[in-house]
Amino acid sequence: MPLEKRLGSDVVSSAVEIRNLKVSFGSVNAVDDVTLQINYGEVAALLGPNGAGKTTAVETLLGFITPSSGTVRLHGLDPQRDHREVVARTGALLQRGGVWSPMTPRQVFDLTATYYEAPREPNELLSLLDLDKCVNTPWRRLSGGEQQRTLLGLALLGRPKVLVLDEPTTSVDPEGRQIIRDIIRAERDRGCALLITTHELDEAEHLADFLVILHRGHEVAKGTLNELAGEPELIVETSGPVDPAGLATLLGCDVTTDGPLRLRCATPTTPERITLVTTYLTGAGVTMVSLRTRASLEERYLDLIGDERSGANS
Amino acid sequence: MNIRRGETLLLTIGIPVLLLVFFSLAHVTTSPNAHRVNFIAPGILALCILSTSLVALSIATGFERSFGVLRRLYVTPLGQRRLIGAKIGGVVVTEAIQIIVLSLVALLLRWHPHGGAIGIVDVVALLLLGSAGCAGIGLLLAGQLRAEVNLAASNGLYLILLLLSGIVIPVSSLPSFIRHVVVGVPSGALAEGLHRVLGQGLAPTNADWLSLAIWALLAPLLAARTFRFD
Repeated sequence: MPLEKRLGSDVVSSAVEIRNLKVSFGSVNAVDDVTLQINYGEVAALLGPNGAGKTTAVETLLGFITPSSGTVRLHGLDPQRDHREVVARTGALLQRGGVWSPMTPRQVFDLTATYYEAPREPNELLSLLDLDKCVNTPWRRLSGGEQQRTLLGLALLGRPKVLVLDEPTTSVDPEGRQIIRDIIRAERDRGCALLITTHELDEAEHLADFLVILHRGHEVAKGTLNELAGEPELIVETSGPVDPAGLATLLGCDVTTDGPLRLRCATPTTPERITLVTTYLTGAGVTMVSLRTRASLEERYLDLIGDERSGANS
Repeated sequence: MNIRRGETLLLTIGIPVLLLVFFSLAHVTTSPNAHRVNFIAPGILALCILSTSLVALSIATGFERSFGVLRRLYVTPLGQRRLIGAKIGGVVVTEAIQIIVLSLVALLLRWHPHGGAIGIVDVVALLLLGSAGCAGIGLLLAGQLRAEVNLAASNGLYLILLLLSGIVIPVSSLPSFIRHVVVGVPSGALAEGLHRVLGQGLAPTNADWLSLAIWALLAPLLAARTFRFD
């Protein structure tokens, strides 16, 4: 099918498509049957511990690696066969991407802008990324956060329709992270599709429309935050130890302990339930330190990875 | 950007000037010409091509790959051909500066180049073909080997070609089995061609042209086909 018909037509339904992707290096399956689809205007986060296969999946998507089986598509195109067309519409921040050491942010922005037909204005991006103070500092003298923001700016220069960001906030201070998060939101609102790999679970929680959790190369869980959170839970932290059995009887649901001072009650949160819990704790001579309605993404993530590790070891 | 780096200046200007002066004044090797600089100068011009097109380009590109610069460029519209073209273009500009500086130093050492106007055309053609061939070899090494291995390989190849290409040691002084293959390597064909034009006022041989043309065509093509950004 001619390129013109492939792009921007009804045939191209997603910006990013990974179908049953498998990437093997010898006997090691670095990515094992991963499927993911991201539409324009969506943000997806790829989570997982070190060695889970996130970067391998991203690098295969960008054309660095040939899949062992399965397919990857960007804008409906093969990233290796149609590489020129793909990179003209895609921006990428790579984990191991760099800049020539004597070059300054201004110089590398000006140079990189020449690779694109209609690039963004480099000065505008430098300001947006708060790089004004170091715009003439050689790359080798930039801090980790300044380097990361420079690389993000380079990914944005070509007005991409898809942004692939491999751990974009690594080495970045809190102010820099806020800048990057604001940019991610702005790009999504502009209609860009974003795939982010991150260890920062709260970042994934606040930015992503949906998440994919990988472990040892395969999907452990996939879905929106609400879908991944699982059944409703009431999580209570107390000032002292409490017998969960009594509370379970009172609430009529399972209550488990998660550490000596935390209770997880498998029940929806209602005012009546909260009153019952408070009364029970008072009777036990302890006070409620905090109450949450469901597990954070981090807790859910650790549960899932822990289950996965237990399953692998048994 | 390359010229701003101290180590690159040393390799591209400092060392060739040092070698030119040293071998022109010191009687450490035989010279077919009583006026040593008349033999050494053409060889040093060939050395510039070798050091810039092959060694400096190869090492710089290898470390660019190691530091992730090439990976980042892979996901831009720059493209492999434009990258290689730009690198070769940069090399040609550097070599132009080297040739000018070294020619001036050689003239100060009372160098008398032969060849006339036609000789200048021959020299430019030889240098361009030699650059393309050596650059192709340099990019072939850098596109395949790890940076540290490439560094060793490039420097090792540089040393071998320096000694065995007729650059500072006349080919007639080399063992006979080496003399037969000198013109088969681009640095050897280049040095022989430059010696004939600038040292004797003669045209390069057909063997010189053929060797340089083949290397200038095949080495960059092979580099472009096998180059890895990662």
